[in-house]
Amino acid sequence: MEIPSIVGAGLIVIGAGIGIGRIGGSAMDAIARQPEATGKIQTAMLIAAALIEGIGFAALFAG
Amino acid sequence: MRRKISLKPITLLLLLITFVSFGQEGHGNGEEKTDIKTEVKEYIQHHLQDSYDFSLTSYTNEAGEHKYVGFPLPVILWDNGLKVFSSSKFHHGEAVAEVAGNFYKIHHAKIYKVADAHGEIIEDAEHHATNEMPLDFSITKNVTMIMMVFLIMFFMFKRMASSYKKNGNMPKGTGRLLEPIVLYVRDEIAKPNIGEKHYKRYMSYLLTVFFFVWIVNLFGLTPIGMNVTNNIAVTFCLAIITYLITTFSGNKNYWKHIFWMPGVPWPMKIVLAPIELLGTFIKPFALMIRLYANITAGHIVMMSIIGMMFVFNNWIGSSLSFLLAFVLGVLELLVAALQAYIFTVLSALYFGMAVEEHDEAH
Repeated sequence: MEIPSIVGAGLIVIGAGIGIGRIGGSAMDAIARQPEATGKIQTAMLIAAALIEGIGFAALFAG
Repeated sequence: MRRKISLKPITLLLLLITFVSFGQEGHGNGEEKTDIKTEVKEYIQHHLQDSYDFSLTSYTNEAGEHKYVGFPLPVILWDNGLKVFSSSKFHHGEAVAEVAGNFYKIHHAKIYKVADAHGEIIEDAEHHATNEMPLDFSITKNVTMIMMVFLIMFFMFKRMASSYKKNGNMPKGTGRLLEPIVLYVRDEIAKPNIGEKHYKRYMSYLLTVFFFVWIVNLFGLTPIGMNVTNNIAVTFCLAIITYLITTFSGNKNYWKHIFWMPGVPWPMKIVLAPIELLGTFIKPFALMIRLYANITAGHIVMMSIIGMMFVFNNWIGSSLSFLLAFVLGVLELLVAALQAYIFTVLSALYFGMAVEEHDEAH
């Protein structure tokens, strides 16, 4: 049976979602621990999330 | 306590509404529904493409004619000589344009040369048109919009600059509005990522790209229906500029880290070199895809939800999708700024890598 490529794209999107979720969660933890470093943590969080997001979108367009 | 009680019936009502609207969808007229669905789909696809005329809206009048509200744009072709004509000759892609004995036709939003006034497009087995394509330098909708944003930015920053002169280094009006953003780009994006020593050289590019992407994204959310950043050619050019600046400002250390990574055993150096070299291409590629895909996905989702209003065609479903479209619109406002920010930060990061100086081997 042939598996359509959109299934693979879906799997990658699930992975990307979990990844971004973990980044967000960890950033929340870090902010709770050190509220004075909020700005720096947010910047790092956004960059990491954007990198993962890029993979997710690439998968979507390939799928 | 009282608030908690009053929330319960509202939740219940919302739940009921969801069921009711889903129930009604099932009873609808099947044939008509697929019609409006395909219409919405076509409309979204049309919106995502660049076009040769600037039409804001179209409608069908009583006589059954399709009328467009908007204006045509110039078409510039290079086909054994320069050919310049108005895109009104195409009648919105419905007709074949005749220019000095040559015939042109729009097929899937691209101009093809056709043999005669019938405008037959010859397709191969994979449904790709095999007709000759003239070199196309047309001022399309996207180009018009880029020029418009260019003018807006030019006058915005001109005013900003002159407001400093007039008021003795105190910004006023536009300057006061823009100063915090410019300072933010300098202090939060350029300085930490590039470093105190070199950041000034890159400020002009970082500011330009930040404001360009941001303003273009914001205009994409207005009903004039432009979307420049979901044209992959535009994001490709932006990424190419970042790549060129990175490559040409790369110092000795940058190239050494790519081709002969210090501090790792020599067999690993041979393995790492091609990976690192590939990495330099992947970075701008990811920049291009990220901006393009984010904006395209945002537009597709927004327009699909707006299209759902017409698919539901009852007051419950339509008002729900209106609410959803509104919330998504607010989210898209955030995404517009966020993508501009991400593009600028990552560009700054790459420039920082290129000019980084290492005192000690590591």
